[in-house]
Amino acid sequence: MTIEFTAGNIHDLAPADLVQGDRVAGRIYTDPEIFELEMKNIFEKTWVWVAHESELPKPGSFKSTYVGRNAVIVTKDRKGAIHTLVNRCRHRGASVCEQRTGNANGFTCPYHAWSYSLDGKLRGIPYPEGYEGVMNKEDMGLQKLRTESYRGLIFATFNQDAEPLEEFLGDVTLWADHFLKQGAGYPLKVIGTQRFKFNGNWKIQLENTTDGYHFPIVHRSWMATVDAETADMLSFMTDPESTCHDLGNGHSVMHMVPEHIDLDVDDGTEPLQARFDGLVAELKQAGVDDVEIRKLVRSMHGTGSNLNLFPNVGLSSAFFRVLRPVSVDETVIEHVALGPDAPPEIAEPVIRERMRIHEHFQGPFGFGTPDDAEGWARVQRGAQASPEMPIMVNRGLNREYKAPEGWVTSHSTDETGMRAAYAKWKEMMSND
Amino acid sequence: MTEILESSVTGSGVSVSDPRIVRTINLIWREADLLDRKDYSAWGQLYAEDALYVIPIDTSIEDFDNVLNLVYDDARMRALRIQRFTEGYAISAVDSARTVRTVSRFVPGSASEDMMTLRAAQILVAYKRGTYDIWAADVDFQIRLGDEPTSDRIVKKVVRLVDAEDMVPAAGFLL
Repeated sequence: MTIEFTAGNIHDLAPADLVQGDRVAGRIYTDPEIFELEMKNIFEKTWVWVAHESELPKPGSFKSTYVGRNAVIVTKDRKGAIHTLVNRCRHRGASVCEQRTGNANGFTCPYHAWSYSLDGKLRGIPYPEGYEGVMNKEDMGLQKLRTESYRGLIFATFNQDAEPLEEFLGDVTLWADHFLKQGAGYPLKVIGTQRFKFNGNWKIQLENTTDGYHFPIVHRSWMATVDAETADMLSFMTDPESTCHDLGNGHSVMHMVPEHIDLDVDDGTEPLQARFDGLVAELKQAGVDDVEIRKLVRSMHGTGSNLNLFPNVGLSSAFFRVLRPVSVDETVIEHVALGPDAPPEIAEPVIRERMRIHEHFQGPFGFGTPDDAEGWARVQRGAQASPEMPIMVNRGLNREYKAPEGWVTSHSTDETGMRAAYAKWKEMMSND
Repeated sequence: MTEILESSVTGSGVSVSDPRIVRTINLIWREADLLDRKDYSAWGQLYAEDALYVIPIDTSIEDFDNVLNLVYDDARMRALRIQRFTEGYAISAVDSARTVRTVSRFVPGSASEDMMTLRAAQILVAYKRGTYDIWAADVDFQIRLGDEPTSDRIVKKVVRLVDAEDMVPAAGFLL
């Protein structure tokens, strides 16, 4: 049964009732109590993206990040196992690591020097006689999250009873496999991270990764500054091959460049973009063969799809887009650039070019991101008004169909992916 | 040891009152004023054709070609950025924050007849819709002196934000 939002009921409806299939209430962006419940019911219950394996290249490598509002450290121990540890000393609660990345033998709290190993075990306490018969060291390790990975994509969860990661990902794995092909035969590695914040709710960003509709409008200024071939490549607004699938569990995939969905499929007719002529020449000079050059160059813009994972990461064409909710109206975004982990004569010119492409659009001074962020901030401001008036996520309901794989599908400019995310949100926010 | 101490205390030994440094500082202040007034077309004229404007993420480095930056603009990208800021399609630029910046604490670096380097502190306050953001940075300048002050040009500007590795707001203006 659909519940109609009215001025009389909008402030009293339970959070889960604020999502109604084709519409959601602005309160889900603005109500601090709903944000608190999201942290508990979503970010501390489900699998949350924490790292890519290339960010932990060797034993002792670590990375500081967050799961919801919880500061965590992702570590690789001496045996190569990955751990996600809450960054909070078990003694008096001080953070034990304030470095973003690095290499360590373990972590020592600066306050009273309790020291922990890479897997979180409490290793040493100064002057331990005061604890004899008081507590067991074995019980006082750093709190540990469940950590699992799929092909280098590392997730963690506070929920020890959560389904296995691969079950959570489901059909996402097929599209993640496609995404990973942009290494052109080499593994992908992180080549840099841009960070920025915007004054808006995290779900506004979650929606955006699956919002093809805004692209030619918000990003008109970027489109005007790229070569004609790149602009043509992104002319998907009326292309019937450009679709969006609801993959279940809140995840979705949107195809903006259908001919690059699977980079292994190449009939050889697509000309390489002239903007990469210099790169091609450089690779040729390094002795790279034409087949490999073609693969590397066709992968320069990443895959043709945005894979949007609920709740906090997009495998977005050529990069990872990671969101971190800070408060009901503040969100931090990371744009994590990627390149092939190839021999230097290939990696260096290819990665240099990929960095320049990334800088052109992404990040707080890119030609795309600031315009996105302006749009999101406007949604946050606008949604304060007339709270009974719904936020519409109904685009394309008239043309949704079921793909042979069972995925609800519509055009890439439709809001199928948002409806998928909100269905999962509703389910998780209904849980006690 | 003495040499290192002398070099770190006195820098290049060039005084800020050196006429070449005065010209350089005048150019930097002119740039600051144009950016605060968002006169991007005039701003672009202050840069040499071979100039580089960089806002790095890693503030400790000098080689910006092989790392990801926040901004890495050569002449082509600078021209495109000016186009983006001025043509009216970029919603973040159309409705950008008002900015007021001061550039000071100049420390002269190397100096020759026609090329000067110096570093400075820049404090910029951006105001938009009731919110003030502070952007603090060390800025490195390399300036090519022309035959007369109006032909002095910026060859390199590197804006090393104190929080470059952290989260900054998305910006519709330039530092």
